[in-house]
Amino acid sequence: MSPLELEVSDMFDSTTPLLEMQDISMHFGATKALDGVDFVCKAGEVHAVLGENGAGKSTLMKLIAGVIQPTQGRLRVDGKEASLNSPKTALKHGLVCMFQELSLVPDLTVRENLLLGAPGAGLGWLKGRGLDTAQSVLDRIDGADIKMSQRVADLTLPQRQQVEIAKAIMKKPRLLILDEATSALSASVVEKVFDLVREERDAGTAVLFISHRFHEIEALADRISVFRNGQCVATFAKGAHDYGEIIDMMVGQKIEELFPEKSPHRNEAEVVLDVRNFSWEGQVRDVSVTVRQGEIVGLGGLDGQGQGAFLMGLFGLLRKADGTTAISGQPGEIKSPKAAKHQDVALAYIPEDRKTEGLILDQSIEENLELAALGRSDLNAGDAGLYAGTLDQLALKHGGLHLPVSSLSGGNQQKVVLAKWLALKPRCLLLADPTRGIDVKTKTEIYAILRQLADQGTAILLLSTDYEELIQLCDETHVFFNGEIVASLSGDDLTPQNIIAATLNVSSEGRVNGATEGQVAHA
Amino acid sequence: MVRPRGKSHMLDYMRSNRREVIAGVVLIVLLATYIGTHPRGASTYVMTIWANQCLILGLAACAQFFAVVVRGIDLSVGAVMALTNCIGSYLLDGSAFGMAFGMVAVVAAGALCGLLNGLIIVFGRIQPIVVTLATASIFIGLALLLRPTPGGAVNYDLADGATLDVLGIPTALIITGLVVFAFWLPFRRTGLGLGLYALGSSEQAAFQSGIDTRFIRLAAFTLAGLFGGLAGLFYSFVTTTGDAGIAAGFTLNSIAAVVLGGVLLRGGVGTLVGALAGAFILKTIASLMFFSGIPSLAQPLFEGLILAIAIAIGGADVLRARNKLEVFA
Repeated sequence: MSPLELEVSDMFDSTTPLLEMQDISMHFGATKALDGVDFVCKAGEVHAVLGENGAGKSTLMKLIAGVIQPTQGRLRVDGKEASLNSPKTALKHGLVCMFQELSLVPDLTVRENLLLGAPGAGLGWLKGRGLDTAQSVLDRIDGADIKMSQRVADLTLPQRQQVEIAKAIMKKPRLLILDEATSALSASVVEKVFDLVREERDAGTAVLFISHRFHEIEALADRISVFRNGQCVATFAKGAHDYGEIIDMMVGQKIEELFPEKSPHRNEAEVVLDVRNFSWEGQVRDVSVTVRQGEIVGLGGLDGQGQGAFLMGLFGLLRKADGTTAISGQPGEIKSPKAAKHQDVALAYIPEDRKTEGLILDQSIEENLELAALGRSDLNAGDAGLYAGTLDQLALKHGGLHLPVSSLSGGNQQKVVLAKWLALKPRCLLLADPTRGIDVKTKTEIYAILRQLADQGTAILLLSTDYEELIQLCDETHVFFNGEIVASLSGDDLTPQNIIAATLNVSSEGRVNGATEGQVAHA
Repeated sequence: MVRPRGKSHMLDYMRSNRREVIAGVVLIVLLATYIGTHPRGASTYVMTIWANQCLILGLAACAQFFAVVVRGIDLSVGAVMALTNCIGSYLLDGSAFGMAFGMVAVVAAGALCGLLNGLIIVFGRIQPIVVTLATASIFIGLALLLRPTPGGAVNYDLADGATLDVLGIPTALIITGLVVFAFWLPFRRTGLGLGLYALGSSEQAAFQSGIDTRFIRLAAFTLAGLFGGLAGLFYSFVTTTGDAGIAAGFTLNSIAAVVLGGVLLRGGVGTLVGALAGAFILKTIASLMFFSGIPSLAQPLFEGLILAIAIAIGGADVLRARNKLEVFA
């Protein structure tokens, strides 16, 4: 062994932490995003970081990735002081981040995106090294149908996350940060991603893992750190504290129940939304759904099985959709969002991607709130009183309604999307994964509000990628597969096993594999 | 999740480059019409004059392309041409060595102008439209100091060599081929070439991917200046004089050309080939008008109409979108 190799193996010695942060503070104006944080990250370990939105997790990750620089504090890589002044420098140290805000360039192809910033790719001729690795990663995580020549803008959100994962792994990271990396992926793909991450860990990579889904933390983490208000309040080995204790640490107060209690089922209640034989371009096939007053109806399934298109179609976003929709017994043709929000129909749609479809980020909160009410002849969109009630109900935290929406945390942004539609007093609310990437406390608030709305008579159709929501919050859940509803579960049938069986389109008696069972242990 | 994909590779390629394909088809139709209506037909003489006019604007469009692809715009393209043209009218005569130096100096002057734009934009953090509007005046001012009235001379042998033909093929078309095959296609496969698109499409994603966004933007505007210098040099060969008053027309036409060639003004989409095709289309239309008997005063009207129609065809795929949200994507 040459002296150089000896030195290299010394660097990987587990006694020297790969990354050490000392007394790190990050101030944005008067806001302290991080306040005197000490944080250590060891090789060969999956370290989960928990905390509400705004607790400082994302800021910490951005510091490590070199996107921003700390106001004060020291940072050591392999025991040596390092200054991470750009993502490029961080990459040189082997610190690779998979960002929550996707870092893919929409107009370039998958191949070109993978080449961007790939190891050894400078400004000169691109040799395409590492593309094989990326392809094999994609193959392993159910991304084999993603073509290298496809434009990223033409990919679905889950597909983009798959490409992001391949892009991160191909950089051969020594520290891999997964910031809500699997938020749009379905359970079976998530499990494959986790297998991959475990392999990386066993090969000596340090993994920092941010997720709001407890079963994911349970499945993957070795060590857990909890952040609250810009401080790291606790670090412990997985298993040292249970679910409830961790939530208490995160919010600093007791949360007895994440989900509100279900109302007694009312089979005889008035039917608010009645969709018959909805079909679209072979992607949605002959779907019929009924929502009664006071009901929350869930839509589940793997990604892209037609449930998303179904919601869009109901709201008039799709061309050439077949089927009939009746609102409170009144059949009507909904050809556009404008028709859908008309007072005679009163539908509201909360889209999947709040940043691009739900909000205009650079505009103020006020202006965003007005967008849904504009064009309704019976409402004055400029009247602030229209939104005051819903904003109170949603407990929106903001520094002034004139500030741009982008100044809010993810959870509060979603509240703005909700508020603008609730101001219209919709008869039926269509929600596409409204709690994706949102912290536990805000999730709980949103659950409570949805239940409250349902009790007040709003029909709610909730698309979710989270089993817990489909089971705990919904009165009935329809599971989509290949454009069709393959199972409608309610009451005692609404169990994790049944939902998983239906999403994979096997009979519930069929063997459900152990990995999947483990994932929903908490549900 | 697996959707059937029955399309052939060729169709895929044409679809992903459909803007260039449309521009190419339009150009061929126009050129055929032009040759058909021209009293002297497809002679080397006719083709050479046509190609020279096209290449001047083509190089200007290349300059504009590099600014537009990084979500910028360069209002100084014409001014750089005017300045380099005036410099050329002093340096492109005399000994062989002197002329060789002159050509390098003219192009370097253009690149320097672009570098100046880039430095102010990157380090002054000012929008390209404002910066290049200001520097355009400076460059024209310098050009006017050099050549208050059109004049000067360019060596006729050198000018002929660049603007006539080689074995019946117009030299301008050979230069165009060199720009595409010897420069653009290899360049597109470099990290810098990829970086330009990444920066124009999503600056944040590019930055987070570890791209040096400041260097890329600087390089883009320097390349814009360099091609402006090349355009000025070729203009000198075609006209053999220096003229400080050519700026305005070329700046506007270079923008029209890139749009016509399928380069999106929002950045990140389009190719140099498209920009060249756009320029050739514009110039071919102008030549057609000249021979078709349309009064010259009505030419801008017809040019504008054709521009509008061409852009509308490029955007026609919006009609195929089944999800209405895709219309705005």
